[in-house]
Amino acid sequence: MRVGLFVTCLVDQLRPSTGVAAVKLLRRLGVDVVFPETQGCCGQPALNTGDPELARKAARAQFRAFEDCDWIVTPSGSCTGMMRHHTPELFRDAPEAANAAHLAARTLEVSEFLEQVLRVKALPGRFDARVTWHGSCHGRRVARVGDSAERMLASIAGVQLVPLPRAEDCCGFGGSFAATFPELSAAMGATKCAHVDGTEAELLTGNDTGCLLHMESLFLKTGRKTQVRHWLEIAEEASRERAPC
Amino acid sequence: MLTPEGDFDARSRAALATPALGRAVRGTVDRLRNLRAIAEADADLTRQRRAAATEARTRAIDKLPELLERFTRNCEARGGVVHRAPDAASATAIATSLLRKSGARRVVKGKSMVTEEIELNAALEGAGIEVTETDLGEWIIQLAGEKPSHIILPAIHKTRHDIRALFEKEGGTPLDASTTTLCAHARRRLRERFLAADAGISGANFAVAETGSIALFTNEGNGRLVTSLPRLHLVFLGMERLVENFADLAAMAEVLPRAATGQDLTSYFSIITGPRHRGELDGPEALHVIILDNGRSRLLEDVAFRPVLRCIRCAACLNVCPVYAEIGGHAYGGTYPGPIGAVLTPVLRPEEHAARELADASSLCAACSEACPVGIPLDELLILQRARNATLRPKRALRLALRIALSGLMGDKAHGTSRRLRFVAKVLGAGTPQRRALAKVLPMLARSEAVRALPVIPPQSFRELWKALQAGENTRAR
Ligand code: SF4
Repeated sequence: MRVGLFVTCLVDQLRPSTGVAAVKLLRRLGVDVVFPETQGCCGQPALNTGDPELARKAARAQFRAFEDCDWIVTPSGSCTGMMRHHTPELFRDAPEAANAAHLAARTLEVSEFLEQVLRVKALPGRFDARVTWHGSCHGRRVARVGDSAERMLASIAGVQLVPLPRAEDCCGFGGSFAATFPELSAAMGATKCAHVDGTEAELLTGNDTGCLLHMESLFLKTGRKTQVRHWLEIAEEASRERAPC
Repeated sequence: MLTPEGDFDARSRAALATPALGRAVRGTVDRLRNLRAIAEADADLTRQRRAAATEARTRAIDKLPELLERFTRNCEARGGVVHRAPDAASATAIATSLLRKSGARRVVKGKSMVTEEIELNAALEGAGIEVTETDLGEWIIQLAGEKPSHIILPAIHKTRHDIRALFEKEGGTPLDASTTTLCAHARRRLRERFLAADAGISGANFAVAETGSIALFTNEGNGRLVTSLPRLHLVFLGMERLVENFADLAAMAEVLPRAATGQDLTSYFSIITGPRHRGELDGPEALHVIILDNGRSRLLEDVAFRPVLRCIRCAACLNVCPVYAEIGGHAYGGTYPGPIGAVLTPVLRPEEHAARELADASSLCAACSEACPVGIPLDELLILQRARNATLRPKRALRLALRIALSGLMGDKAHGTSRRLRFVAKVLGAGTPQRRALAKVLPMLARSEAVRALPVIPPQSFRELWKALQAGENTRAR
């Protein structure tokens, strides 16, 4: 089984620790994950800023990069949504429709891969923290990742997962949206921050680096002490105890 | 009509500068969401109801010309008169001339978004006709000289203290801000207007082709008075709001109140078929239905955007929209705010740049599409509109930078590009003098930095770390 990591642009450039955590966790679970180095962007930023042609170009590069992988796993619910839903739409009635369908059928958010392919019921190790979860809107509504990541997270001993009120609401990131309307984006984030405060969690986690960086930038700006980490980093750190890498 | 001052960016910032507005809007949409969650708690039943409603609306839109003809025939057979208005100007002209001919000087109005779309009140007042809005929220807005900021709760952005001030000014007597006092005041003042009115103007939630009937879902009872007390009744109907028969109307009754206010049914559900007939005790002497096109035919021809015509104006998409919750409706600048406004305004007014750019007023979280009882893929239509807009405007710096970065980050070039990108990011990293200089010339950067701490750029990208990982070294990132 050849499993390719699609690391995503944001993780690659801004939070490589999440990609490293994904690799280490998967290795500890017995999966020798590879990183196809010609991979690029899923194309979502291009599509959302009105450039479907560039999005198609990005997708074609992904077709090639992951050609020989049985599975494509990624730490982002949002990029999963792009590759699983939007990419096939972009190539509807196009010659590469089959490539797009093939890409979509193999793409899984890491927690989905753990649950559906590896049949993991509980993750190893221990992580003592009061944690709340913000799943990305695209992961929820476009990729329809469901609760797999929350289940995986909650399965770690010591993790106290506190439900976030209005968890289904957008945090205000929205990619180019945050850059186009910074104040509005921050106001939406402030509403989310208030909900996080209410949970008294020490740590906010989720499955999209975009949302998490956005929330972290607001926590820091407003002097909040709440930590922000991708759930894979939590899972990886927990798993260290049992099987040091 | 879009307000002339500024664009969405400027208007939304103005809204954010009024914290009371956000508080009022967030509080109310939160209540509505909770009510809807209860009304739609049975997921299977909700799915069935939505499927039935979507099917009925899709079918109606697919045979709209035929249904319009049938509606017209049946409505006129029951004594109504049907007019077709291609645009706002002709719609207001028809109304003005009908009112003039009947000698009407005073008009009472029920809630109607179509009349907002054509700015009917201004046209009638210009013709010397006195208009009173009788829906409580609409009356508040009329007294304030504003436009509705929500499709079903036009005064959602007003606090009770705002309302008291408006009512005190209107009535000339001091009032307290309790709901009882404010409602009693409105009831007393509006009753005088009802009794003095020569004509009533209403909208229509649906028109039933099979019988030529008009259906109205209301909660305040003013709709009944508007449509039955005065001797003349004018109905404004959006061209798309047809259903084929009563079974389809029942399907609408199953979803509209639940999606809108979380009610199983509104307090009043009126079906009006023609004016007062011989032997009947009430109802107007004459009933005219003015059917407004105003860009809807163009939507009918636009295969991708056609589903928008299914919209039943329930406002569920507004109530779940995280953008709307922060800024309310006026920031959208058009008649229809929120996600449906962001989708509809650009297609109804494609010649206006500011209208088209409303497609950007969304984080694309898709909460709207999920809430929509008739399955309109609002988020996908926003993406589509953005692509159409992109062909019409000069490439903005953001898109250009994106193009360069994304094109480079593919295939064999990826590694080199990644390194160059990181170099740029580092040079422009938080706190560097280069960055401060850039922020001076790039206002967006400065605006971002004013509201958020910018991310620290890690020393190595994942691509660089991968080499070590591959070698099995115990690499620690960050
Ligand atoms: S788009 Fe859907 S949710 Fe929004 S107002 Fe129309 S019917 Fe309601």
